[in-house]
Amino acid sequence: MSVPSAWYLVLAAVLFGMGATGLLIRRNVLIMFMCIELMLNAVNLTFVTFARLLNDIGGQVDVLFVLVVAAAEVVVGLAIIVALFRRRAAATADDIHILKG
Amino acid sequence: MLATLSAAMLADTSGQALAHASAWAVFAVGAAMILTGAAGVILLRNPVHSALMLVVTLFGVALEFIDESADFLAAVQIIVYAGAVVILFLFVIMFLGVDRKEAIAAEPTKLQKPLAALMGLVVLVEILALSRVDHWASGAPAQSGVLNGPGDNVQKLGQAVYTGYLLPFEMTAALLVIAVVATVVLSKRSAGSPERSSQGDAELSGRAGDPEDSEVSL
Amino acid sequence: MNAAYLIVALPLAGALILLFGGRRITDPVSGWLATAMAAGSFVATVVVWATLLGRPSSSRSVDKTIFTWMPVGTLHVSFGLTLDPLSILWSLFVTGVGTLITMYSIGYMRGDPSFSRFFFYLNAFIFSMVILVLADNYLFSFLGWEGVGFCSYGLVGFWFDRDSAAVAAKKAFVTNRVGDFGFMVALYLMFAHFGSFNYSVVLAPLAAGHATIATSTATFIAVMLVLGAVAKSAQIPLYMWLPDAMEGPTPVSALIHAATMVTAGVYLIARTAPIIHFSPDAQWIIASIGAGTCFLAATIACVQDDIKRVLAYSTISQIGYMFLAEGSGDYQAGIYHTVMHAFFKALLFLAAGAVIHALHDEQNMKRMGNLRKYLPITFPAFIVGFLALAAIPPFDGFWSKDEVLAAAWHKSPVLWAFGVAAAGLTAYYMSRQVRLVFWGKSRWETAAADHGAAGDTGHSAAGDTGHSVAGDTGHGSVGESGHGSGAPHEAPWTMTVPLVILAVASTFGWLLNADFGGLDFINKWLAPIFPSTVATPFTVSTDTKWVLGIVATAFSLTGLALGMGLWRKAVSRPALEPAFLAHAWYIDEGIAAAVSGPLARMATRFSFVVDATWVDGLVNGVARSAAGAGRQLRRVQTGYVRNYALAIGIGTVIVLFYVSVRAGS
Repeated sequence: MSVPSAWYLVLAAVLFGMGATGLLIRRNVLIMFMCIELMLNAVNLTFVTFARLLNDIGGQVDVLFVLVVAAAEVVVGLAIIVALFRRRAAATADDIHILKG
Repeated sequence: MLATLSAAMLADTSGQALAHASAWAVFAVGAAMILTGAAGVILLRNPVHSALMLVVTLFGVALEFIDESADFLAAVQIIVYAGAVVILFLFVIMFLGVDRKEAIAAEPTKLQKPLAALMGLVVLVEILALSRVDHWASGAPAQSGVLNGPGDNVQKLGQAVYTGYLLPFEMTAALLVIAVVATVVLSKRSAGSPERSSQGDAELSGRAGDPEDSEVSL
Repeated sequence: MNAAYLIVALPLAGALILLFGGRRITDPVSGWLATAMAAGSFVATVVVWATLLGRPSSSRSVDKTIFTWMPVGTLHVSFGLTLDPLSILWSLFVTGVGTLITMYSIGYMRGDPSFSRFFFYLNAFIFSMVILVLADNYLFSFLGWEGVGFCSYGLVGFWFDRDSAAVAAKKAFVTNRVGDFGFMVALYLMFAHFGSFNYSVVLAPLAAGHATIATSTATFIAVMLVLGAVAKSAQIPLYMWLPDAMEGPTPVSALIHAATMVTAGVYLIARTAPIIHFSPDAQWIIASIGAGTCFLAATIACVQDDIKRVLAYSTISQIGYMFLAEGSGDYQAGIYHTVMHAFFKALLFLAAGAVIHALHDEQNMKRMGNLRKYLPITFPAFIVGFLALAAIPPFDGFWSKDEVLAAAWHKSPVLWAFGVAAAGLTAYYMSRQVRLVFWGKSRWETAAADHGAAGDTGHSAAGDTGHSVAGDTGHGSVGESGHGSGAPHEAPWTMTVPLVILAVASTFGWLLNADFGGLDFINKWLAPIFPSTVATPFTVSTDTKWVLGIVATAFSLTGLALGMGLWRKAVSRPALEPAFLAHAWYIDEGIAAAVSGPLARMATRFSFVVDATWVDGLVNGVARSAAGAGRQLRRVQTGYVRNYALAIGIGTVIVLFYVSVRAGS
């Protein structure tokens, strides 16, 4: 028999929490991006777990779409970062704060 | 590979306990990889190291996918994520030469870090609390096809994608095209825009800058 | 019946075109446009009138709702028109006289830098006035009421660069506010008691005798409405604004302050007759106000030197007659007099305007004289108006005033006595005016010399800037060298045509409601509006009428003879021009003293103590606390994206917490 679904869900929750924390703690834009990937993976894990739990292929199809969207997001995001870095030497999100009140 | 192994073990009735144990083992290994990798991503100071730790996490997730009989997704996870996305990350890091260490301790706003950690923790607790509630799982039969049953995973996934999910699937194609075009537009160096000028630094930091440069910024 | 919409829509369209067209619509075009719109409105009114005339008299009241304005609970106030004999009669003479006056203004206002603004106001005024009379409920009517108030303000202060005009406009506006207060209180009472403002709901059951209303309620509503009417119609105690309103251009005085707007109060009282019927006290109040006003204003008019001020006080006095008739319960007589007054007072004002025009903005009668030789059309027109106002048979004023006095006699001989005395005074002061303006020596020649040399006190000099700046075609500017040589000249045809039409109306208009030969069209026409449940019918015997008519005519002729005789040669008779009358019984000064004394001290206290510390403190405190809060909140806006992300995350946490608590329960 396989491992109970609850364990996967807990694992996914922990992964999501770490991703969220990292996103808020780190200032390097690239690493913030990686943290988003962590969160997306946590969600994927949940999807797959529920697919198995509910015996529904739909969960896995959703993961497929999340993958595509994540890929597109990474491509555009990195392009933005490249465009940004072309004008700046530093790589931290905190350097961009024109909006300071 | 592990899936075939566990399937073979399941076939053997006397090996049920062994199969059980192996599933747990796969889960444990995957979980360890995931957590280690995630911790590495958010704690290591060198972006290159973070990217490599991300690969570890992604492999761990792929392992869990296999354990949950999502064979095709496991393969895609490794090919697309580890093979393409992380490579893209590394490429950008190297290309831009920003693989310097970041001073994680330095923080412009005092409360950001403790609050962020606290928030991560509370989110975790809340998700766990929510996962204890299952009354929204209605138990209604699957609309898009069952997971278990005859046929292999790829076949069933393909059937679902190309029938019930055809429209969203086509839309992802459009999304990818848009993303490609956007990337080309964003990466294109507009004529006359200075490369990494100190002027641009000043502008993005909120100090006075040349107004005609402002079009490229975020 | 759909022509009814055009009555309202055409002046509105004209006003809007002139408002947005502004200076792009040039000199004569805007005037003709406004005239065409007013004339179209008049034609539409005639069409509606003809349609109503074709119906049996019992079904001559039509309500046409345009759309619901305020649906609040059980209260539904709509933009709707009520077409019945009363409203159509009123809008007939409002649009008819309005058209003539608008046409006249083309010549009068010629060359004024704000030519099209003037015609915007005129059209907007006609629009507001027809709304006032055609509205199917009190609230919508109040909208028109305020609209005419605003247009009046704009027109009195039309030459706002004169101080006196600006002050007069403010005075007119503020005085009318007092009346509006009364009107609004009446509206509240009406809502409290009837739960509606619609004439069909409030008045119809009362008029049909299906419902009654407590005397005290009726009195209160009526008195409050009368307060509004008194302010709009310039009656005691709120008449002071009208003489000052003569600062406006003369066509304005004719349109607003003689023919139409000031009769709004008369209309309101006539409209509210079913309520007033239940309150004898209110009837007495109205009649007393009317009698008092017609006498008081007539005394003041006897000593005024300004040609328009005489007419202004005469207007106040004549509206007093209308109130007297309505208070006496003979609404038809009051309305008859209103229509006749619209003819002859518009005529007098327009003729006075032609005189002023001819003398280059001279308004002081003591600087006129001998003008009959120079103004071949204006002079006979003015004489017709004079005879009509002085109630000399067979002109308009005689017949309508006769009916008013008969009604007053029936109510109380005392009221009648006031009316008859005022009639004598009217004939006297009008004779004085005619003598001073058209006979005697040509005082304007020497006056002009003084004028040019020393400048003038008062508004005539100031008027140069406003009016004669662009005076062309022989309309030489005052104070320039050309003035002395230019003899008074007759006005252009756009001004004289209305004069002639109005003169004809003032001579034969009385046939609309003659007392004999079945010619009493207005009485018959209005009969469905004033059934016996609204106005208790009474008859004054024919013999009594003869006696009353002869006495009144005797008074008028005596006044005429006195005026003509005393002012044949004289220009100034101090004995007949006592200071207390010239100062209008010191009423204005008395009010000014009262206001500037204790009231001013109180205002000072309020402005320096209460306002400075409490009100300003409150306002500044609000501002300071807002600024302080902003200064603190500004820190939240760090500019760091991660801070914002954290904030979003915290929000998510809170929502998640709520969801998990909900889900767990």
